[in-house]
Amino acid sequence: MIGDTLSRIGRVGIFLVRVLRHAGVVFTEPRAVVHQIYNAGARSLVIIMLCGLFVGMVLGLQGYDLLQRFGSEDALGVAAALGLLKELGPVVTALLFAGRAGTSLTSEIGLMRATDQLTAMEIMAVDPLRKVVAPRLIGGIIAMPLLVAVFNVIGLFGAQLIGVQVMGVDTGAFWSQMQGAVELDDVNEGIVKSFCFGVACSLVAVYEGYHAQPTAAGVGLATTRTVVISSVLTLLIDYILTAAFLGR
Amino acid sequence: MPEEPAVAASKEAVVRVRGLHYGFGSRKIFDGVDLEAARGRVTAVMGPSGTGKTTLLRLITGQVAPAAGSVEVFGREVTTLDTAGVYSLRRRMGMLFQNGALLTDLSVFENVAFPVRAHARLPERVLRQLVLTKLHAVGLRGAAELMPSELSGGMARRVALARAIVMDPDLLIYDEPFVGLDPVSMGVIVRLIRDLNDALGITSIVVSHDVRELASIAHHSYLLSGGKVVAHGTPAELDASPLPIVRQFMSGESDGPVPFHYPAGDYHADLLGDGKERPRS
Ligand SMILES: Nc1ncnc2c1ncn2[C@@H]1O[C@H](COP(=O)(O)OP(=O)(O)O)[C@@H](O)[C@H]1O
Ligand SMILES: [Mg+2]
Repeated sequence: MIGDTLSRIGRVGIFLVRVLRHAGVVFTEPRAVVHQIYNAGARSLVIIMLCGLFVGMVLGLQGYDLLQRFGSEDALGVAAALGLLKELGPVVTALLFAGRAGTSLTSEIGLMRATDQLTAMEIMAVDPLRKVVAPRLIGGIIAMPLLVAVFNVIGLFGAQLIGVQVMGVDTGAFWSQMQGAVELDDVNEGIVKSFCFGVACSLVAVYEGYHAQPTAAGVGLATTRTVVISSVLTLLIDYILTAAFLGR
Repeated sequence: MPEEPAVAASKEAVVRVRGLHYGFGSRKIFDGVDLEAARGRVTAVMGPSGTGKTTLLRLITGQVAPAAGSVEVFGREVTTLDTAGVYSLRRRMGMLFQNGALLTDLSVFENVAFPVRAHARLPERVLRQLVLTKLHAVGLRGAAELMPSELSGGMARRVALARAIVMDPDLLIYDEPFVGLDPVSMGVIVRLIRDLNDALGITSIVVSHDVRELASIAHHSYLLSGGKVVAHGTPAELDASPLPIVRQFMSGESDGPVPFHYPAGDYHADLLGDGKERPRS
């Protein structure tokens, strides 16, 4: 079991290195990469914004309820900002990304495998790792932090909407305490996390697609695995990174 | 790079397979196969489904390596080439896949242009002329702007053929080009294969189990069965062969040396049993 997992991690690592040898596509075929940023990013935008709003609104409600017990509801802005920047933004975005963009990456590449399109490329002396996988992996890695940023902005708006507009927290206190308490390190933590989640979720998605059994059932199974593995991996990496940032 | 083999090959075989052994796990697919594809000729490889015809093509194109034996293409030993070497060989090959294998997110035009864009920097105007010429050759110039999902099976295969010849290959490989086509599309493909071969001097390898279609285009046929070449010769020679397995294959009888039934236990016992003691391999 552990041996299996380790050898699997090794294979995924080797796959990552093989794909990243083609990282030059960013410069040689920028249009392909931009197209994949659009595919992974723009198409997840609506669901990311919607969920960001709801998560922010819940933060506003729960945060207010918690803080007013200590008479410090003015700190709602700080609480919401830190919660979103450091945790909820990257994690929830990554989970949504796995379900929306990750699955479509896996099934797209898996279907290309099942219909011989990848083999056909190899016969045409075109490396599918370069033509198909690299732009998708890099597009996903670039898209994730951008989506997290959007999620955070909308989330803060949602928290403000409930906390300030509905619950009556003072606008000035909400924003000025947030400005005063949030440090660059907090922002960095969020950026590092969203980058790592971007690599993990995109890598799992393209790996599973590329290695899917070339049948309908195989592609379906690979898609499921993408969601499960990405989600577990995201939460695991989240814990490790949180511990690392707090331990400094 | 050694020049001698390439010169020698120009006189005779473009593809030369010697003593080929290959298997999946413990299951043997090839047990000593020898065959050759002569320059400028159409060579047919026939055999029942599951004999390993597609696997043979994967070995010739360097996608998998044999357990033993040699595979020589254009005078170069494929088994000892690195990835770059295999890719440079493949630039001289075109392959037609069973289902076309068109890239589904590109139009017909872009599919045919794909290998050209990948390997050559041509002005857009020249590229357009080249692609439209090839599409015209397969009778589908008018379909250039369609997407693969809008094509019938026969059209998709013709587009794939245009894509396979767009780089002017020296060797064209067809995997089951006639399967699932209506008689008209079938006739079109049959004619295209022979025309391309005669007009462009391309060496062709056609894998199929459609004996009659092959007979009209092949110069030389190989019959594979049980991991070996059981017979080879011109279509006429095969037709006249006294070997039972050749007779069965050429005339399409369902049972004979090639059994109709996959190996199984006793039919009667199997039907009456509860299924639990079914032998598993
Ligand atoms: N990846 C694989 N793993 C195990 N067995 C395989 C694999 N691919 C093909 N086979 C087996 O090898 C045999 C030959 O397959 P194939 O070359 O596709 O036959 P053909 O093209 O002549 O119908 C088949 O019986 C098939 O079951
Ligand atoms: Mg086959």
